[in-house]
Amino acid sequence: MTTLQTVFAKAKADNRAALVGYLPAGFPSKDGAIAAAAALVEAGCDVIEIGLPYSDPLLDGPTIQDAVHRALSNGTRIADVMRTVEGVAATGAATLVMTYWNPIDRYGAERFARDLANAGGVGTITPDLTPEESEPWRAASAAAGIDTVFLVAPSSTEQRIKAVVDCCTGFVYAASLMGVTGARETVNTAAEGLVARTRAHTDLPVCLGLGVGTGAQAAEVAAYADGVIVGSAFIRRLLDAPDEAAGRESAAALARDMAKGVRR
Amino acid sequence: MANEGSILTAADLVGNGPHGDDPDMHGKFGLFGGRFVPEALIPALDEVAAVYEKAKNDAEFLREFDHLLRTYAGRPTTLTDVPRFGEQAGGARLVLKREDLTHTGAHKINNVLGQALITKRLGKKRVIAETGAGQHGVATATAAALLGLECVIYMGAVDCERQALNVARMKLLGATVVPVTNGSQTLKDAINEAFRDWVTNVDTTHYLFGTVAGPHPFPEMVRDFARIIGVEARRQMLELTGRLPDAVCAAVGGGSNAIGAFHAFIGDEGVQLHGYEAAGRGLHSGEHALTLTAGSVGVLHGARTYVLQDDEGQTIESHSISAGLDYPGVGPEHAWLKDSGRATYHGITDDEAMAAFSLLARTEGIIPAIESSHALAGALKLGRELGPEATILVNLSGRGDKDMGTAMKYFNL
Ligand SMILES: Cc1ncc(COP(=O)(O)O)c(C=O)c1O
Repeated sequence: MTTLQTVFAKAKADNRAALVGYLPAGFPSKDGAIAAAAALVEAGCDVIEIGLPYSDPLLDGPTIQDAVHRALSNGTRIADVMRTVEGVAATGAATLVMTYWNPIDRYGAERFARDLANAGGVGTITPDLTPEESEPWRAASAAAGIDTVFLVAPSSTEQRIKAVVDCCTGFVYAASLMGVTGARETVNTAAEGLVARTRAHTDLPVCLGLGVGTGAQAAEVAAYADGVIVGSAFIRRLLDAPDEAAGRESAAALARDMAKGVRR
Repeated sequence: MANEGSILTAADLVGNGPHGDDPDMHGKFGLFGGRFVPEALIPALDEVAAVYEKAKNDAEFLREFDHLLRTYAGRPTTLTDVPRFGEQAGGARLVLKREDLTHTGAHKINNVLGQALITKRLGKKRVIAETGAGQHGVATATAAALLGLECVIYMGAVDCERQALNVARMKLLGATVVPVTNGSQTLKDAINEAFRDWVTNVDTTHYLFGTVAGPHPFPEMVRDFARIIGVEARRQMLELTGRLPDAVCAAVGGGSNAIGAFHAFIGDEGVQLHGYEAAGRGLHSGEHALTLTAGSVGVLHGARTYVLQDDEGQTIESHSISAGLDYPGVGPEHAWLKDSGRATYHGITDDEAMAAFSLLARTEGIIPAIESSHALAGALKLGRELGPEATILVNLSGRGDKDMGTAMKYFNL
């Protein structure tokens, strides 16, 4: 199992940013998700976030909503998410689960943390779990030996940034913009400032996500962040392809471009 | 007289708080409530909470709110005795609180006017809102027109169809109505979409949330703005009957009209509080909105509360003939009132609600909203239980004009 600490130490030694790819479990199909994530790893992603499909993804834009809807229609369940994590972790990428809080809450925090650790997962990203509500999850994660990643946003005050980073282990997720997931024409110029403000409060790696869609954008972000997080752009390739194999190849081509970007 | 002195005091707005019924600093009612939202929204929620905290103790704010409630919304609303309807309630005395007589036709206007004033104090020029029945959307579009705010309303595509009249009203009032086509295409999805707009445009925009659900401070603030219903009704019942009612009945969707009717009575131990959820086609059909009655504790739309969800926390789509009750979540204060036993919640099927809808029209000449008809149907049952000596206050949360399409289909009119 590759840990986040190993990934970021290695990227740092190589003087580059890490590339983090996001895909929901169960999309384009249960096995197709594992194959697509493996293709992203092969193409140069260091870390994979497996999305846990949720019925009410209120932080997600149309691309991820569409993918998640398909995953749920496929009957994707938490056992499938765990199986996906297991398959992806076997490729050697550090593998996390990104999920809204309610599915963990319902499944049971301890049980989820334990099952994720057993599947080879190294942590979670929980975008709607605030520091005030995070204690039970941090305790369960610590007990299972997995990391907890939370988000800071351009609107975050210094106080809030401090509160969030104090709850993070592994890395801090900086949201580049005020808005939902989805590729954008340009990366928000406020993003660099947010990364700098976050660094003032922590020594953890700071990864930037939301709106990154091209190799050039990845290069731009890699100049100031420790990791570049890409989701919707990969998913768009999978959605637009005539079949799973073509989608995988198209997403992998983009990942290769991005992997070059983070090394520029 | 009513037009001179203020009808509203700070205590009316927020209560005296002697019953431990205010949330803690994190917006928790016991286990329930809180904030489960993207970090990006925390500063905006903090700002709303701070501005509201200041406003509720500010005489100028209370004066403005009071003025709008009286001269624009048409408060105080009257009580109406409904003896012919009450014959079907075992002879119990049923008294309606007539929120249907407010401007725009439902209790939603109370909260909307309060939050519209908060929007001005936030210095924001744009409001967004979700709507199910369209009543909250209409009220929001109305207040936006009154105060010169840009207004965008998110409404599930299914609801746009069954409440088409309200869509036209909103457009006429100058609002943009966005039909939401994902998920169940009802209120829950409209809320998701409104949150997506808010997180994107939070610098310029206030999310004028329409019920007592959602992240802190909405459950508390919306309750306070709806609280006037019960405050007035309590005084009026004492005047009319010389005593407090034996029970207060209200329909529960997100829970705003019910908490508004209940809150002033929470400290009155002898007054039973009954909330009626939509049982749709019945509990066992799986097609219902029995969040409190048959749901489980989870997190939806930013708060911990009762939720209709499966064993893995996926929201289960609700069903009700009334768009305003067709919601798989509920305000956290109701979750707390349920668990503490202070209030009791029951289900009313589509058919029971429609029977009460028609009965009130025929016996009293009042056409209620289908949402409110759930409370009426509940009061009929409760009256038979409590007997002819009982007095029951029913919150008639809205009028049925918007429901003519549904009624025409249901009754083959
Ligand atoms: C007339 C009326 N009553 C009740 C409701 C349900 O909402 P709440 O439970 O917040 O009062 C609605 C919602 O649209 C409504 O229009």
